[in-house]
Amino acid sequence: MSRLTPPLPKFLRPAPSRPERDGRPGRTGAPNGKPGEGAKPKRGKQLREGATEGSAKVVGYLDERTGASPFLRGFLYRKVPKGSSWFYTLGSATMFAFISQAVTGIFLAMYYVPDVNRAYDSVAHITHEVFLGELVRGMHRWGSTVMIILIFLHMARTFVFGAYKYPREIQWVIGVVLLVLTLAMGFSGYLLPFDQRSLWATVVGVNINASAPIMGPFIADFLRGGAEFNTATLARYYSLHMLLLPGLIGAMIGAHLYLVAKLGITAPPWLRADKKELAKEEI
Amino acid sequence: MNAREREQYLREYSVLKNQGKPFFPYAVFKDSAMAAIVLMVTIAMAVLLGAELGPKADQTTTTYSPRPEWYFFFLFELLRVVKPPALVFMATMGIPTIWLLMLLLLPFYDRGPERHPLKRPIAMIGAVATVAMMSYLTILGATAGSPSHIELIVPAKHEQGKEVVAANGCLGCHKIGENGNKIGPNLTEVGDRLGRDAIARTLINPTEPMPSYAPLREENPEQFEQMVEFVASLRKEMPAPPKEDAPRDTASVGQGGFGQGGFGRTSVGQK
Repeated sequence: MSRLTPPLPKFLRPAPSRPERDGRPGRTGAPNGKPGEGAKPKRGKQLREGATEGSAKVVGYLDERTGASPFLRGFLYRKVPKGSSWFYTLGSATMFAFISQAVTGIFLAMYYVPDVNRAYDSVAHITHEVFLGELVRGMHRWGSTVMIILIFLHMARTFVFGAYKYPREIQWVIGVVLLVLTLAMGFSGYLLPFDQRSLWATVVGVNINASAPIMGPFIADFLRGGAEFNTATLARYYSLHMLLLPGLIGAMIGAHLYLVAKLGITAPPWLRADKKELAKEEI
Repeated sequence: MNAREREQYLREYSVLKNQGKPFFPYAVFKDSAMAAIVLMVTIAMAVLLGAELGPKADQTTTTYSPRPEWYFFFLFELLRVVKPPALVFMATMGIPTIWLLMLLLLPFYDRGPERHPLKRPIAMIGAVATVAMMSYLTILGATAGSPSHIELIVPAKHEQGKEVVAANGCLGCHKIGENGNKIGPNLTEVGDRLGRDAIARTLINPTEPMPSYAPLREENPEQFEQMVEFVASLRKEMPAPPKEDAPRDTASVGQGGFGQGGFGRTSVGQK
């Protein structure tokens, strides 16, 4: 059992029982004497044992039917190379920013109406009337900024540490795809409040796409949902912004995480393995 | 990286990994702390900066200046830096696409075994240059004024005319004060050269490629009058443009073929 469980940090390790503290006789006392033996176990202890047994049963039930525990063990107790610093939290922080966007986005979607005539009023309703509406909208609006900054910092860390090199090339490619998807989220979400600022920025964005050779006009028509900005445009951006893009981002994050677990987190490039250890190591 | 270098890397990584600590709870603790910080920063920004909502979108307006979210500033600014119309598609599509492909394919052309940043001078210089360029463009975009804002101080009676001139895209070709382009004649002191009636005649019946403003006179004679009055008032003894740190006007950076006309709308100022 002790080989399967990970080494716990010191403060979490159960303290070994000290004879004096537990009020039991020490080594000098009766050699075979187990003081509690024969007596009725205390109620607290009984409850504790019951809870342990019960939760073990539940875990066993789930594990028998899902086989999740080897996977979870592999994921949670995999080792992270020494020297990993706070820079290594940027990736998970980006993911957390995405989760925060998803949660606030769900609440905004409860009130938002993707219709040219009603979108602005529904956003105004969220901002001015709905309980905590302005806070949630503000979190969603500024969360995009936070997520973009984190994603760039995460990319910078990966670049500086040379972590995109063998064997993590595909990991990098998925990361860049995630960056593009996140920027697409920023672009598609910008139109939704449907105020002047968002409309005209989107018009310019579409015109920029229209200037692409050959494909340009088709891309622009696709982005507008026709030749004009109308309800079809808004519905299109809404659907992209809350179905397709987040779905893709979620899937890509899954792949990204799988590769993190499979390939391991890079060690800082200035760390070198001990020569002796290296000679012993087999792969 | 050849096969030997790859194996050496895996070997070395395996040793370092085994010397490390388990993901749970060590890394999980740091990640959770960071997540809490992210959440607090987001909430703080939401509370302090709020969720602004501008005026309702109006597709018929001609007086709104497009502003993207700040992380797209560099793309917008690229358009203004690139002037020749033939190169505009490079700014809109070419450069971003090339940049993105370079980023996407990075691990496939940078295949050296060295990972230490100080021992990869080319990669690091390239990265720093890219970041510096993007930051520079972002700052340019952030400090840019509206693309057709005229920074001249004019008498109150010409204030309307100034707005009309700005909204009608005159700056796309003409320079007025510190703003505008040099494609057509400089209008800053045009009042000294041409009289009021001559200006009106030129506006109605201009030389190519300037568009005629006859439609404006038919649809909105009052605005046309204001426009003529404003242009005629542009003389040498105009008050000097303000020297304090007014927002830099992007029209002076050049509209190229992608100025107001290219984006379909013009504007007289932000918001």
